[in-house]
Amino acid sequence: MKVTELFKEGKFVVSAEVGPPKGINIDKMIEEAKEYLTGVDAINVTDNQSSVMRLGSLAVCKVLKDNGFNPIFQMTCRDRNRIALESDLLSAAMFGIDNVLSLTGDYTKLGDHPGAKPVFDLDSVSLLYTMGLLEQGKDLGGQDLDGEPPTFAKGAVVSPCSDSVDAQLVKMERKIKAGAQFFQTQAIFDSERYIKFYERAKEFGVPIQLGIIVPKNAGMCNFMNNNVAGISIPAGIIEELKADKERAKAGITGTEIAARIIRECKDYCQGVHIMTLGWESKIPGLLEQAGLA
Amino acid sequence: MLITQLKEKESIEALVNGKAFIINCFGCKEVHFPEKEAKEFQEELKAAGKVTEILTMDYICNPKNLELHLQNYKAEIEAADVVLVFSCGVGVQTVADFCADKKVFAACDTYELPGYQGVTPQLFDCDQCGMCFLNGTGGICPLTACSKSLVNGQCGGAKNGMCEVDPEMECGWERIQKRLEKLGRIDILKNAPVQIRDYSTDDATKEAKQSE
Ligand code: SF4
Ligand code: SF4
Repeated sequence: MKVTELFKEGKFVVSAEVGPPKGINIDKMIEEAKEYLTGVDAINVTDNQSSVMRLGSLAVCKVLKDNGFNPIFQMTCRDRNRIALESDLLSAAMFGIDNVLSLTGDYTKLGDHPGAKPVFDLDSVSLLYTMGLLEQGKDLGGQDLDGEPPTFAKGAVVSPCSDSVDAQLVKMERKIKAGAQFFQTQAIFDSERYIKFYERAKEFGVPIQLGIIVPKNAGMCNFMNNNVAGISIPAGIIEELKADKERAKAGITGTEIAARIIRECKDYCQGVHIMTLGWESKIPGLLEQAGLA
Repeated sequence: MLITQLKEKESIEALVNGKAFIINCFGCKEVHFPEKEAKEFQEELKAAGKVTEILTMDYICNPKNLELHLQNYKAEIEAADVVLVFSCGVGVQTVADFCADKKVFAACDTYELPGYQGVTPQLFDCDQCGMCFLNGTGGICPLTACSKSLVNGQCGGAKNGMCEVDPEMECGWERIQKRLEKLGRIDILKNAPVQIRDYSTDDATKEAKQSE
């Protein structure tokens, strides 16, 4: 089911993200999804995230769908040229997978196949445009599609706490003009900074899901602050995690922090998107504390 | 080696809002330059009263050399609304960097011609893509200034203004953003059509060679 329908109904849309394993055994992933993710509206499946080779996003989306979940197919432009991207979009539509999140993708060198060829034939903007074209029964080569054209809920990402926020807003506008119908943000830890961004972005009138990561410990926060683009974790949060290491380790402190950020930003977004990083088990508690369960 | 070809006349004319200061570069012998077409076109612009001066020189890609020549034309550049450059992509970028508060436009597309690469000072780089994007990016080449050669704007990977691929390199799209902001022209980026590269420019190279 298209998440755009949910936004239209005025629903506060909650999605979570799962990363496929490096291998073909996904029983554990599906079990975990059944145990912890039944309360969410949709599940993103990452596409060889951080340029680390894994089981394919499309295949995992199909399995999730067969198990009664509503998948969001993440597509990066790093590994496929326009022919392969268009073809995979058709494949997704044939399987009834109709939520697609368009991303440019991390550079190849950052992952576990640093010698791989970076493709970037299209990018997040032109991929959105391509989806729109397919919806009209055309492809990028100018040819007609056979029969009923596919339709998608077309998603994109934006990084509200990027130190290049002006460039991010321009790109966001370009994505909307290219067809983006909803946004998921990079993980937010600084509510005030996010709200400032929202005050500028709301004029576009396109629903935004607040990106959330449950922080695990101070070390993880420092690492993200230093190495992950668009992440800015205030010192206060890091102190909170340091205060009681056992509570942090059990995920109690992190869940409290994440729930608080959601509550602070709830009036400034149309949903949340939770990147679990292996902590799927924290989601039910988080949703409850945030008042979303 | 490389080949330059005039962009569509209409698209250049649309850029010249007011008067233009024109720079021709006849530097590299390796470069095929559309001399005749360029001259005809420039005569037309001149007859229409849209030109403050036409400067023809060598090696505008050498910033020192460029500065030396442009010194004598301060008034003409000042009087012009745009600077129109007929050269390869490296030349246009050098001029755009030198005249950072002026609208600098490329009148040519630069194509690749297999064989020996002309010797140009490597302050700026051109990938000879055959569909020059400089007119929408404030004169900074998105193909060589961005590690992913993105043509529709910044990816999410820039940190502290630096590129995710090389933290020593300033993000090319951050530079483009700043340049366009400085020129008060961020709108051209917001309103630009979706850009998709055409990798079949070897056909155009063939055509240009035949027309020689
Ligand atoms: S966009 Fe860059 S690579 Fe393409 S012709 Fe212009 S300067 Fe050269
Ligand atoms: S960080 Fe900037 S220069 Fe690097 S790939 Fe992204 S947009 Fe291009």
